[in-house]
Amino acid sequence: MGLSVPAAPTAVGGVRGFWRQFRRHRLGVAGLAAVVLLGLVAVFAPLLAPYDPFSTSRNAFAPPGSPGHILGTDHLGRDVLSGVIWGARVSLIVGLAAAFTATVIGIAIGAVSGYFGGWVDELLMRITELFQIIPRFVLALIVVAFFGSGLTNLILVIGILSWPQTARLVRSQFLRHRSLPYVDGARVVGMRAPRIIFSEILPNVMAPVIVVASLDIAQAILLEASLGFFGLGDPNLRSWGGMLNTAQGFVQRAWWMSVFPGIAISLAVLGFNLVGDGLNEATDPRLREGS
Amino acid sequence: MSRARGSKALGAFALERLLNAVPLVIGVIVINFLLVSLAPGDPVTALIGEFPAPPEYVERVRAQYGLDRPVPERMVRYLGSVVRGDLGFSFANRQPVLELVLERLGRTLVLMISTVVLATIVGVVLGVWAARRPHSGVDRGATGFALAGYSIPEFWLGQILILVFAVGLGWLPAGGFRSIRADYVGWAAVVDQARHMILPMLALSFRYMAITTRLTRASLLEVMNSDYILASRARGLSERRVLWEHGLRAAALPIITVIGYNFSFIVAGSALVETVFGWPGVGRLMYDSIFTRDYPVLLGILLIVSIAVILVNLLTDVAYALFDPRVRY
Repeated sequence: MGLSVPAAPTAVGGVRGFWRQFRRHRLGVAGLAAVVLLGLVAVFAPLLAPYDPFSTSRNAFAPPGSPGHILGTDHLGRDVLSGVIWGARVSLIVGLAAAFTATVIGIAIGAVSGYFGGWVDELLMRITELFQIIPRFVLALIVVAFFGSGLTNLILVIGILSWPQTARLVRSQFLRHRSLPYVDGARVVGMRAPRIIFSEILPNVMAPVIVVASLDIAQAILLEASLGFFGLGDPNLRSWGGMLNTAQGFVQRAWWMSVFPGIAISLAVLGFNLVGDGLNEATDPRLREGS
Repeated sequence: MSRARGSKALGAFALERLLNAVPLVIGVIVINFLLVSLAPGDPVTALIGEFPAPPEYVERVRAQYGLDRPVPERMVRYLGSVVRGDLGFSFANRQPVLELVLERLGRTLVLMISTVVLATIVGVVLGVWAARRPHSGVDRGATGFALAGYSIPEFWLGQILILVFAVGLGWLPAGGFRSIRADYVGWAAVVDQARHMILPMLALSFRYMAITTRLTRASLLEVMNSDYILASRARGLSERRVLWEHGLRAAALPIITVIGYNFSFIVAGSALVETVFGWPGVGRLMYDSIFTRDYPVLLGILLIVSIAVILVNLLTDVAYALFDPRVRY
């Protein structure tokens, strides 16, 4: 075109350099291991689970270590291990899909707000503030109680209530980038706003967005488990929160009914939190220790 | 003179934040209204619940909210009744919603406030301890504790505490608000209620201890490298005094802020913990209302809690401005 467009500030090193940075963060690697394990369990649940998670038996309240039931059985004789294994699927699907929904909404709102500014920004930021202030759990509870607690509903509700942080982050990044030379350059060569937003600026601000997204997955898993604990999980699926809801009635009698699903939730949430921390340190040079 | 100008600026700032809160409150009411209108089935169900209500009452609600009228008019009517404090009637509890929620709010507030106090004290002490020697064993321990606090769901922690301290060791009651069989009076009653509160408080405060620990450590590490800390060290102040007096003063602000802005999460946590321990507060009321399909109570709680969160955020903003004049400009 004859005009040279100034290059965008890109991260050096690419994927391999990034992995070298991430690997230094030992807790991040441990978190990644937990996440990979969770993923494998979720994918291979039908092969790994010794029983159908819903199949009842006469062997109720079998303690852990009973023949055939390593983690024991619940009040209906359902295998706890099989429930924990199938629950990984629900948690992972809800966590990933809800965080994805939240990230997409957050990027759209943040980008428009930060790029255009003015009254659009003012209005969108007010809406963001509103969503940030409303107690997520209470609102999610009501919406799910009204419209049903199927998997899709859970994903949508959690996603729609979780975008404000991403929106604010993307907005602040866009505010910074929109006056940088490479964006001016893109404008000068006649690029339209949507293309500048999506193919010029967005790729450069994705690193912190991904960090927030992985923390969002952890939060979504927690929120889904909380709703399940309130009896508002998908009734056709065995979920960790739902198992803890059942366990609540038998805390004094069968400790294993609450101990194992709870460990599963905590490990899944911890895993995504650690991955988020690790990504943050690997992508933000200021946080690198020892440099 | 400059002091007078400063306080005037603070007043203006507070007023500005207050005006800022008005659209938020209206937004919250609109969301409530949308939920009522979008609720599946007859909107009157969302206002009354699925409790068999007398037909005359159903007709009265229909007329009061103008359910046969166009949406904008209904919106205005709904706004009017909310402003008058009319949040509907709970047939499951045979009580107006506002009265019911306010009655339960006290017990939730007792739990929440003691949680915040406990979490702040423990979190600050742990954070200071960790920041004194970064990367030491203590620091790693505190970091691990913080990570656990971020990841463990409080309702599960509640069940584990019941398992260990009530079922296993038998030290503390497993739930409830006070002993029903024994009729304690005076101090004995206070002690009895405090014993019932220990486990819920621990379950609820774990996450905020973690947040406060992490934040105290981070803010202290940042401050400890600054010039004025160097200066106080140079003046010969003991390391302990530098840390507690200067370091902590600087770290106080982020701590106050984070507690203020996390208020809505404490509300959610409290709902879950109250359910585990059968603590008769707003959270437990919410849990019960889901099963009785007592929708006006759920919507009333959403409204009241949202407005409480807006107020707490407003106070946090003002407190921040009071301590740090820079934010006012």
